[in-house]
Amino acid sequence: MASPTRLERSARPGSMLLNMGPSHPAMHGTMRIMLELDAERIVNAECEIGYLHRGFEKTCENKTWFNLLVYTDRLNYVSPLINNLGYAMTVEKMLGVAVPERAQLIRVLVSELSRVADHLTCLAAMAMESGAFTVFLYLIKAREYLWDVVEFTTGARMTTSYIRIGGVRADLHADWRAALAAAVAETRRVLKDVSGLLDNNSIFVGRTRGVGAISREDALSYGWTGPCLRSTGVPYDVRKARPYLVYDRLSFDVPVGENGDNYDRYAVRMREMEQSLRILEQAAALLPDAPPLPDGPVIEPEEAVCRSRRRRAVERVRLPPNLEGSEKERLPGLATSDGPVTVPAKEDTYTTMEGLIGHFLFFMRGKGIRPPKGDVYFSVEGGNGELGFYIVSDGTDRPYRLHLRAPCLHIVSALEELIKGRLVADVIPTFGSLNMIGGEIDR
Amino acid sequence: MGPEDLIEAVRKRLGPAVEAATDSFGDPVLILRAEAVRPALAALREPPFDFAVLLDLTCVDFAATEGRFELVYHLYSLAGNVRLRLKASVPAADPAAASLAGLWKNAEWLEREVFDMFGVRFEGHPYLRRLLTYEGFEGHPLRKSYPWRLEQPRIPLKEGP
Repeated sequence: MASPTRLERSARPGSMLLNMGPSHPAMHGTMRIMLELDAERIVNAECEIGYLHRGFEKTCENKTWFNLLVYTDRLNYVSPLINNLGYAMTVEKMLGVAVPERAQLIRVLVSELSRVADHLTCLAAMAMESGAFTVFLYLIKAREYLWDVVEFTTGARMTTSYIRIGGVRADLHADWRAALAAAVAETRRVLKDVSGLLDNNSIFVGRTRGVGAISREDALSYGWTGPCLRSTGVPYDVRKARPYLVYDRLSFDVPVGENGDNYDRYAVRMREMEQSLRILEQAAALLPDAPPLPDGPVIEPEEAVCRSRRRRAVERVRLPPNLEGSEKERLPGLATSDGPVTVPAKEDTYTTMEGLIGHFLFFMRGKGIRPPKGDVYFSVEGGNGELGFYIVSDGTDRPYRLHLRAPCLHIVSALEELIKGRLVADVIPTFGSLNMIGGEIDR
Repeated sequence: MGPEDLIEAVRKRLGPAVEAATDSFGDPVLILRAEAVRPALAALREPPFDFAVLLDLTCVDFAATEGRFELVYHLYSLAGNVRLRLKASVPAADPAAASLAGLWKNAEWLEREVFDMFGVRFEGHPYLRRLLTYEGFEGHPLRKSYPWRLEQPRIPLKEGP
């Protein structure tokens, strides 16, 4: 049956072999770490991933370009909007479409909300596992404020599917400005509290400073990106190195660490969240309020269909709640008008023959979005680092091949080396600071 | 250095290892001969090119139409802030390529994934074992010949300690 692992083959006769995970309270995400122990000291380690493998890439080959967006929500499920963005922008690069400025600002806004939520979750878990339960509660509380903004706009906390190829699905919800200001203020307050609780806390510092350290050269050799790479002092950030959306017009810094240890990864994430809050405020200031919808009578969709049999109904059509924010008047600011790339306005589908045909032409098999032949790579700065999509198109209605460059795969591949020679207790904060996300690493 | 200059410089350095240079949606792409991949990438890792990061390694199955698997490497140079895509084809009948283990540390896991998903062997790899699926998994799921919803045989429970 199963052949012995490298660790089992090389283990010395007297040492103890221990499995940490795949079901272990500290393995948030499912992963198995095999340890060879000499008392408390780790002589050798081997990681096994794949427990959450769902065949994402295979599934994408069998879904249309539009349909497979929902699967990207489930990659890094803490910041699904950034996954949506990465996929949408990769396809847009192939299609060569331009996205309206308002949609770009909204994309920046929701990306940064997701980034803060991602960092909050990572630090919350890391702190809780090192015994700081208060910090966990504080950080999760701040995350709930941020997710309120996301939820009211997208209709979901995690399975958002909000950023679409060619734009965004709907406008921000009516009260977004107040909700965002409250979320930013709350997050600032929590960050200050957490900083006070952890920065000089001898238990936390003792378990993180100098633990799990990696050199700059090794981090690059492992393909690290994102906050983990920046903790070693390399200021690489996709938003600065290859600016996308409107990031080149926003002012923010790229915080870096020095030692590349657990503490620096914590500190870099803390400082990055402050920068993201800055971006949120700038993007909110640049975003004008959506113009109010025209007054006048509103009719239900069924009635609109009936009335439009002879002549198009002139009244506005009431959209179902899940389409709130994607009214026809709003769409020009939210989605590109270059070709049949986005879902056509629902009002037209209900009231005109051309609109109905357009709807079918978008959703029918073999029609809809069909990028030209070729292969493309595009990446955005995800919560964990460079989130890249490599897509091969053969000109049909579904991708020939779609590959995700998962930042956490590269980061976690270094874990074995980080914990070798350390104590068992050091695995917990080290693993926590890397922010392994099962959905992203296992795909 | 613009993309054209970069491609020119790389072609000059690698000589016959490069079969062709193209451009795909604005990304510079080099097609390499399969046997030259490891020395070519080793050369690109050193100055003046300084591609210190192996961003990504994956594979595309063209077995049914063209009888080949295409390995796709993405390199990134921090110093020049440039990305480069390199591709090499291996025959579908017996797909094998030289391992990059020893050049970049993440190559070990990336190659295990390609081996797992496509069945491409990497010669010189220290530990070529499935990464995302498990030992005893039948077939290589990302090959086009592998049906999307194929069920795998059950693995019997392990006996005793």
